Amino acid sequence: MSKSNFTRRGLLKTSAVTGAGLALPTIFTAQSAHAFTNEPTGGTVTLGFNVPQTGPYADEGADELRAYQLAVEHLNGGGDGGMMNTFSSKALQGNGILGKKVEFVTGDTQTKSDAARASAKSMIEKDGAIMITGGSSSGVAVAVQALCQEAGVIFMAGLTHSNDTTGKDRKANGFRHFFNSYMSGAALAPVLANAYGKDRKAYHLTADYNWGYTTEEAVKASTEAMGWETVATVKTPLTQTDFSSYIAPVLQSGADTLVLNHYGGNMVNSLTNAVQFGLRDKQVNGKDFQIIVPLYSRLMAKGAGANVKGIFGSANWHWSLTDEGSKAFVKSFGTKYGFPPSQAAHTTYVQTLLYADACERAGSFAPCAVAEALEDFEFDGLGNGKTLYRGADHQCFKDVLVVKGKENPTSEFDLLEIVEVTPVEQVTYAPDHPQMGGAEATLGSCNNGA
Amino acid sequence: MEAIILQILNGLDKGSAYALIALGLTLIFGTLGVVNFAHGALFMIGAFCAVTLSRILTLSHTIIDETKTDFLGNPAKVEVPYVHDIFGVATGDAIIDWAVPLSILFAVPVMMAVGYIMERGLIKHFYTRPHADQILVTFGLAIVLQEVIKYFYGANPIPTPAPQAFTGSFDFGAALGFDPNLIIYPYWRIIYFVFAAVIIGAVFAFLQYTTFGMVVRAGMADRETVGLLGINIDRRFTIMFGLAAAVAGLAGVMYTPINSPNYHMGMDFLVLSFVVVVVGGMGSLPGAVLAGFMLGILESFASMREVLAILPGLNQIIIYLVAILILLTRPRGLMGRKGVMED
Repeated sequence: MSKSNFTRRGLLKTSAVTGAGLALPTIFTAQSAHAFTNEPTGGTVTLGFNVPQTGPYADEGADELRAYQLAVEHLNGGGDGGMMNTFSSKALQGNGILGKKVEFVTGDTQTKSDAARASAKSMIEKDGAIMITGGSSSGVAVAVQALCQEAGVIFMAGLTHSNDTTGKDRKANGFRHFFNSYMSGAALAPVLANAYGKDRKAYHLTADYNWGYTTEEAVKASTEAMGWETVATVKTPLTQTDFSSYIAPVLQSGADTLVLNHYGGNMVNSLTNAVQFGLRDKQVNGKDFQIIVPLYSRLMAKGAGANVKGIFGSANWHWSLTDEGSKAFVKSFGTKYGFPPSQAAHTTYVQTLLYADACERAGSFAPCAVAEALEDFEFDGLGNGKTLYRGADHQCFKDVLVVKGKENPTSEFDLLEIVEVTPVEQVTYAPDHPQMGGAEATLGSCNNGA
Repeated sequence: MEAIILQILNGLDKGSAYALIALGLTLIFGTLGVVNFAHGALFMIGAFCAVTLSRILTLSHTIIDETKTDFLGNPAKVEVPYVHDIFGVATGDAIIDWAVPLSILFAVPVMMAVGYIMERGLIKHFYTRPHADQILVTFGLAIVLQEVIKYFYGANPIPTPAPQAFTGSFDFGAALGFDPNLIIYPYWRIIYFVFAAVIIGAVFAFLQYTTFGMVVRAGMADRETVGLLGINIDRRFTIMFGLAAAVAGLAGVMYTPINSPNYHMGMDFLVLSFVVVVVGGMGSLPGAVLAGFMLGILESFASMREVLAILPGLNQIIIYLVAILILLTRPRGLMGRKGVMED
């Protein structure tokens, strides 16, 4: 008869210890042999493009992916070089990054924070991505940025407009090229005061989530500073599709201007509903009723069709800009894909070049070295004029476009016209601005991972 | 007072969509005993019938216009619709402008065919299976259908405007003696409500006053006995599935000018429509219509600024709150029949 010490209690203990060991994310344990997370050792370096490939922003994600593929092609010396030819920094040689051929993996954010984190984590842990970039929503950007901070990789944000990304939720490993809500408000207000006067009563409809709040706050503050009065601010559920019950009472409130702090499908539907209700044909307080969409996107404008005509908004970039960088990018992208790039494509392409350039200048892929190279980096030739990557909050400061829905579009891409290029000085703010999280907002320490 | 009238109007058009979808759902449940989670997808496919017809009407050939340039500086390619070539520019534009109403003619046969294929090809195999299986298979089907639509039409909403003649809004305020501009309502939404009322009336009349309808009602009450009388009730129920699909499809067609259609719109309506059916009473057609309008109006009232100031977030839960209250007090729903889904 054999005697065994294999007891139920012992088995449970062993299982618990083994389980805990296995459950500990490899992200924090597997890199001990390297100086930093996913240090490239062979002849290639892998970038992780995390974009919405399914879900409501899939078309925007597809355009981001096109831009990323174009950027990789240019970095590896293919194509016509695009904006690498106009970029003020000449560190990029067209031989990959630091001599290593650029490869990429893609993830699907689904425009859901948990899915985006899962795909970013998988690209870091399984595919060895050294940098994560992309996204089409601020909720996703903030979530993935926090993950990259913990994992010790650089996050180059895609389309994210909420103040919080580089405001209260800023991180040392995260960088944003795209503009933000504060900048939209600061750029729009003078143009609106000029076009519609300083005596206006505004009614805000705001998407009930992070981006909506910061945009409402920014536009409200900047228009009130111009003399406008805010009659009401109403939060609308993110899942809302029919906005009639929110739009119908607008005229009863005595407002003569409707501000739609909506993006994506929300924007398309609320604007379509507002135009259906004939708001723009009405006269209130002796003035023509007006509608404003603080953040425009060409892809969304396409969804709203003729309803965008004459409506003011702001944008980070537009393909009709005539500077050398924009022209080079439009030519490169247009020749490859047959249509002009969106602003989402532009910002993601630029972010990829900026990351690669920072690695070259730092002479390293180590996140902290790259971050240092990006901090307070001044550049030009990437489509927005002179730009500063501010070290204090990792936000790019550059000119902002005020745009308007075009009255007579000549094609399905020609939906917006640039009304004004607002100079960077007008949209610059202090890093501890109250809308940006105040004095408590800090980057924390840079994390190299391993 | 103006605010109340306005929200009732709002509720009526929202309720119209709920009622139309819920009517189809109840029709299928009442006849075939199937819980059809793909019904929202039928609404969405109806909307895309309108998109498809407007794309067919705007099918174009390209000519090179040397006087203009495209975004790369090359001579511009100008799209000329074939209807311009066939009917002339003015008539061609008028036809394109009326794409949505014309889509009704297009959508009825398409939707009946889709319904028929869906029922014969997939759902009939699940008649004797538990409701949970039916829900899983139809929900899976809904996801497949919406992904197919996304593959062909993309993820962005596609603007599908109403004819020019119906743009703008009617000033009820001025008509009722209030100040102008206080109660305005878009013409197309008024048309939507009238259209829904006509369709609902037609379905009820069809079931009430035709021999076919009488047999179907008899089959709903006692399927076995009707079968024993030598009537092929299964065939009639399949036709009813096609009819329910057509009702959902028409609701979708007419909805396109209200909100630009996208692949996900069916799911947005599906859950609410199920709540409508449950509140109305499983298997009750008048209950579905009544609950559709009631919940539509309540949802509108809950979205009022004055209400939200007191109870923030009420607009997002009102329908479910009412559903809980009604089910607590009347477990079979407002007009539910005894014995339905109680086995």
